[in-house]
Amino acid sequence: MSVVSLAGVTKQFGRGVIALQGIDLEIESGEFISLIGPSGCGKSTLLRIMGDLTQPTAGTVVVNGKPARQARVDRDYGIVFQDAVLYDWRTVAKNIALPLELGGWDRRRRAERVREMLELVELTGFESHHPWQLSGGMQQRVSIARALSFDPALLLMDEPFGALDEMTRERLNMELLGIWEASGSTIVFVTHSISEAVFLSTRVVVMSPRPGRISGVIPIDLPQPRTAATREQPQFFELVTRVREALHLGSDVDRRAADPAEEATV
Amino acid sequence: MALERPRARPAEWARQALGRVAVFVLVLAALWAIWEGYRWLWMREGWTKPFAVDDTTMPHLRDVFAALFEHSSSGTGGLLITQLLKAALFTAKEAAVGFGLGAGIGFLLGVTLSQSKTLERGLLPYVVASQTIPILAVAPIVVVYLGSLHVAAWFSVAVIAAYLTFFPVAINTLRGMEAADRRALELMRSYAASRWTVIWKLRVPSALPFIFSALRVSATASVVGAIIGELPSSIQDGLGGKIIVFNQYYSLDPTQLWATNVIAAGLGIAFFIVVVLAEKLIVRRAPENVV
Repeated sequence: MSVVSLAGVTKQFGRGVIALQGIDLEIESGEFISLIGPSGCGKSTLLRIMGDLTQPTAGTVVVNGKPARQARVDRDYGIVFQDAVLYDWRTVAKNIALPLELGGWDRRRRAERVREMLELVELTGFESHHPWQLSGGMQQRVSIARALSFDPALLLMDEPFGALDEMTRERLNMELLGIWEASGSTIVFVTHSISEAVFLSTRVVVMSPRPGRISGVIPIDLPQPRTAATREQPQFFELVTRVREALHLGSDVDRRAADPAEEATV
Repeated sequence: MALERPRARPAEWARQALGRVAVFVLVLAALWAIWEGYRWLWMREGWTKPFAVDDTTMPHLRDVFAALFEHSSSGTGGLLITQLLKAALFTAKEAAVGFGLGAGIGFLLGVTLSQSKTLERGLLPYVVASQTIPILAVAPIVVVYLGSLHVAAWFSVAVIAAYLTFFPVAINTLRGMEAADRRALELMRSYAASRWTVIWKLRVPSALPFIFSALRVSATASVVGAIIGELPSSIQDGLGGKIIVFNQYYSLDPTQLWATNVIAAGLGIAFFIVVVLAEKLIVRRAPENVV
C-alpha cells in the first residue's frame, strides 16, 4: 500500500519561482526514501507538502489513503527538522510526551511510552534534563523520539543530521536504521549528503533545480541490515557514483545562478 | 556529551553570595563617599555649579539614617522608622494589589491582542495613548469615580497603581507571544494543535522571559503609582501621606523627607526582588540566555 502518493505536484511561490514542477512519486509502506539534490531543488518544499505544512499550487497529495490535510489532522506523521526544535522549558521526558499530551494519552500511558522511547534512542537517565544540557546529537535523538512517540505511520525528516559533525552523523545513521527496523515505519529523509542517502535508503530520489523536479530514482539494493562494513563494500561505492552522476546530469543547467526558491523554503 | 546542570556546591554558593554582598557594600560605600565628598568640597569652596549645597539640599547621610531612630516632628509620636514602616506596609498593600491587577489585565490584553491583527491594530493605539496621559490627571478621576461606588479609598489607589503597571506587561506579553520559534509553531501545526493548545503550551511559555522583564519594570512602577495615587485621594496612612507632611517640614528638617525616600526606595527594591525570585523559580531556560 502506498503511504505517500504524489501526482503532478507543482509549487510556485507567488507569481515567481517555480519550486516544484510535475512531481509524481509513490512511497510504499516500510520504505526508507531519501530526497537528495542541490540547494533550490525543492526537496524540503516537497517534504513540507507531504506534511501539509505548505500547500501545492497544483497536483494531488495523498498520505495514508487520504488528503494530506486530513492525514495531518489525524496525526499520521511525525516530523524532525534540521534543528531539534525542543521546548527549552520542558524536560527531555516532557518534550517527548508533548504529542502524547495533545493526543489525550493519560499520565500513566504517557510515562510508560516515554520510558520506551528513551530506551529506543538510548537516552535513559536523561529524562529530567533540560534540552540545553544536551549535546546537539542528543537533542536530535530526543527530537526523533518525540516524532516516533505516537507511532506515526510516516516519519518526515528534513536534513535532521545536517548540523552535526561527521562522526555523530554516522553514529546517528546507524541508530536511525535500528529505529526504522524496530518501528517498521516509513521514512522520508531529506539530505545533502550522497553517502548518507545511499547508506540509509531503500530508494534515493534525485532532484534537480529550476524548476524543481525528479531527475532520477535509484533503488539501493544493498543487503539489510546495514552495518559499518556496508560503507566499505564496492557495491556501496558504485551506488554512490550512480547517485553522484544522476545529480550532475540533473543540475548542469546554470548552477551558478542565485537561488530564490531555497530562500523561500527556509 | 552531557553537560551537568550548573548546580553550585554549598561552599561555592557561599563564596558567590559573599562576593555579591561585598560588591553591594563597596558600591554603597562609594555612593556614600561621593555624596559626602561633593557636600564637603562644594561647601568649603563655595561652588554653586551645577548646584549649590547646604544642609537643606544635602543633609549628612548619617543624619538621614539617625532621623529614622528619632521621634518625628509630625507629632503623632513614636520613632520615625516605626511610623514609616507602618506607612510602607499600607502602601505595599495598595501597590501589591495594583501590581496583581495590572499584571493580570496586561497579560490578558497582550494575549488577546496577539490573537488578531485587527484587534491589535484597532486597540493598541489606545493602549499606548493611555500612557501619555499624566497619572496625576487620571488619579483624581479614578478616586472620584470609585468613591461614588463606595469602594475603599485604598482600592482606588491600587487601581491607579494598576494603571501604571499593566502597560509594560501588555506590550511585552504581545511581543513575547509573537516571538515563538517558527519551527516550534510548525511542529504544533504538524500535531494539528488547537489555538488554545498553541497558546498555553507554546506561545505563553516562550513569552515568559519577556513577561518577566516587564514585571520587573512594573514592580517598581506599582510602588510609585501607589505613592502618587495617595496624594489626590488624601490618604494619610501611606508613604504618600508622609511625603506630603515631611515636605512641609523640609526647610526645618530635611532629613525626615530623605528618610522617607530611603524607605520608599526600599519598598520598590523589595517588590523588584520578589519578581526576580519568582522568575528564577518559574522560568526554565538555557543559562546563556539568562539576562
